[in-house]
Amino acid sequence: MSDRISKKLSILADAAKYDVSCSSSGSNRKNKDGLGNGHYSGICHTYTEDGRCVSLLKILLTNHCIFDCAYCVSRKSNDIERAAFTVDEVVSLTVSFYRRNYIEGLFLSSGIFKNADFTMERLLRVVKKLRLEENFNGYIHLKTIPGAGEELVREAGLFADRMSINLEMPTESGLKLLAPEKSHAEVIRPLSFVQNQIIQFSEEKKLIKSVPVFVPAGQSTQMVIGATPETDKDIMQTADSFYRRFGLKRVYYSGYVPVSDDNRLPVIGSQPPLIRENRLYQTDWLMRFYGFHVNELLNDANPHLDIDIDPKLSWALRNLHFFPVDVNSAAYRMILRVPGIGVGSAKKIVEARKFGKLSMEQLRKIGVACNRAKHFIRCTDSPYVMGDYQHTQIKAFILAESESKYQRNYATQLNLF
Amino acid sequence: MIYVIDGDLESLLCAIFEWFERKPGKVVLRTADSYQPEAFTKALFIHNDRDKADRVWKGLQKQLSAAWMRRFYCTFLSELPQALCSLFEFACLVFSAGPGIENNFGNADVLLIAQTAARVEREKHRMEAFIRFREGSDGIFYCGIDPDFNVLPLIMKHFRERYADQHWVIYDLRRHYGLHYDLQGLEEVFLNAEGEKALGKPDTALLSEQEGRYVLLWKSYFKSTNIAARKNTKLQMRHIPKRYWRYLAEF
Repeated sequence: MSDRISKKLSILADAAKYDVSCSSSGSNRKNKDGLGNGHYSGICHTYTEDGRCVSLLKILLTNHCIFDCAYCVSRKSNDIERAAFTVDEVVSLTVSFYRRNYIEGLFLSSGIFKNADFTMERLLRVVKKLRLEENFNGYIHLKTIPGAGEELVREAGLFADRMSINLEMPTESGLKLLAPEKSHAEVIRPLSFVQNQIIQFSEEKKLIKSVPVFVPAGQSTQMVIGATPETDKDIMQTADSFYRRFGLKRVYYSGYVPVSDDNRLPVIGSQPPLIRENRLYQTDWLMRFYGFHVNELLNDANPHLDIDIDPKLSWALRNLHFFPVDVNSAAYRMILRVPGIGVGSAKKIVEARKFGKLSMEQLRKIGVACNRAKHFIRCTDSPYVMGDYQHTQIKAFILAESESKYQRNYATQLNLF
Repeated sequence: MIYVIDGDLESLLCAIFEWFERKPGKVVLRTADSYQPEAFTKALFIHNDRDKADRVWKGLQKQLSAAWMRRFYCTFLSELPQALCSLFEFACLVFSAGPGIENNFGNADVLLIAQTAARVEREKHRMEAFIRFREGSDGIFYCGIDPDFNVLPLIMKHFRERYADQHWVIYDLRRHYGLHYDLQGLEEVFLNAEGEKALGKPDTALLSEQEGRYVLLWKSYFKSTNIAARKNTKLQMRHIPKRYWRYLAEF
């Protein structure tokens, strides 16, 4: 019995792992004499060898699927082992893992079997059993199945903490190329439905306290990067428009890991685009926390992000007329734009300078990465410099002093010794 | 002038009280076990007094926000020798310089407290993440930990709220005390050497029947959820340094 479950678990975890959403944050569901609660900032319980965190038990209910999307490991035409969990098995695994503090909760997705409604109804049964019978208040991330009935989605939203639907490809044309049966419109409809429900429920909750919470941790989506020839600009503009239109909590970028020898896709064994993925996440952070507009970072003149330097530095080098910034007098939003200064340091600087002018040494202690920041700031002990450096010179100085964490992993030149 | 304290929170607060009582100028703080008499410097042994400590604590609460009080407490729990001195200097600064001074991150003591508190909070968060309960044959969930800082007082609320319907014990093997939750409330527990040993490496006889099975299932899940093509052990190591591996069933 245990062997059979172990086998299923490895098949269905293996099939679910390409969904990169891992967060368990955003919900502070309370525990009412049962098991579990939401931790508002989320907890990563362990990290696998690829450096990704494991916070939720991420599994498919089944990897049987009626679709044949070229990029997906569970596509109909792929010759792999298929398996399916029963509702009870998922519930008992989740609860037993949770009791041992292995996980923050459940991430439940599924291949589409029979049709969307049938699949969604099964997912809903798992979630309802956990919440109503097991009195489980841990985190639940549930996939919205595109095309499922609105009543089912609405009911699921009452029990789940986060819901998500994957956009899969950043552009409609890319999606049509690899998954002719799917379209962006199918994703947008449920996304906006859930978004409207979230707004409606929170409005009602302001008036009537007993209104239940609806998807408290919001929605997220995911795009596959590097399977189709979109530019970084296309990707980030799509992300930006989805953040704004649907109030998404996160957009995930998943570097395509080749799982198919379809000739429309990169060949099996080619390296996933990890650096590009990292740069996209950096851009995403700049948009969400640093007050950058997507067009400042990516535009027709610069449709791709630099690989060797991060997007903030690359923006600064293109816009040297904003610098140097005097940290002792500049506005917070300008300090935030200096390469090497993060949100935490910027806040500390703004507080600390009320008590006296700051020097470079103090900035370093506060946590500023001075090897980058020193080219863009002035503080009390900045040396007087005659003339200005060109952006190419500054870039060369910075690259000479630092070493990219990726350089060693992916150097094409072998070491001689 | 050297102030000698016994090292607990009450003695630290009393030292602060004594400084304002006597105004001796520059003071160096030492704990009783690290104090060595010096020829040309006078020493004052601080006597613990609950009332004085309470007055200082209440005074701090009036000056500082709840977030800063937590930083103060977290820094105390770090048990670092430098932390006590910085807390002492910091409290004197707060009382003498007036409101707002705690945000002067250019000041070395303020910055040290902010950064030490962040380290303690990180350790607390890691314990919330890396504690792995093992179900004993008596139905109680056990875990022995060995954290860098004394974080048990910080994590108890999290575990009490989360595991409200199960018996659990979390025991700090380095500091020799633990917490037991029995569905009603929390109590402190102390084990003898034998008990601590059993907690560190329990015999299978002490564990419940299904425990081994779930460990295997978890290991198998951990293996399957990894994407081999994206291997990046350096990143993994940065997130879970090796000293935490002994808590974790999957390594």
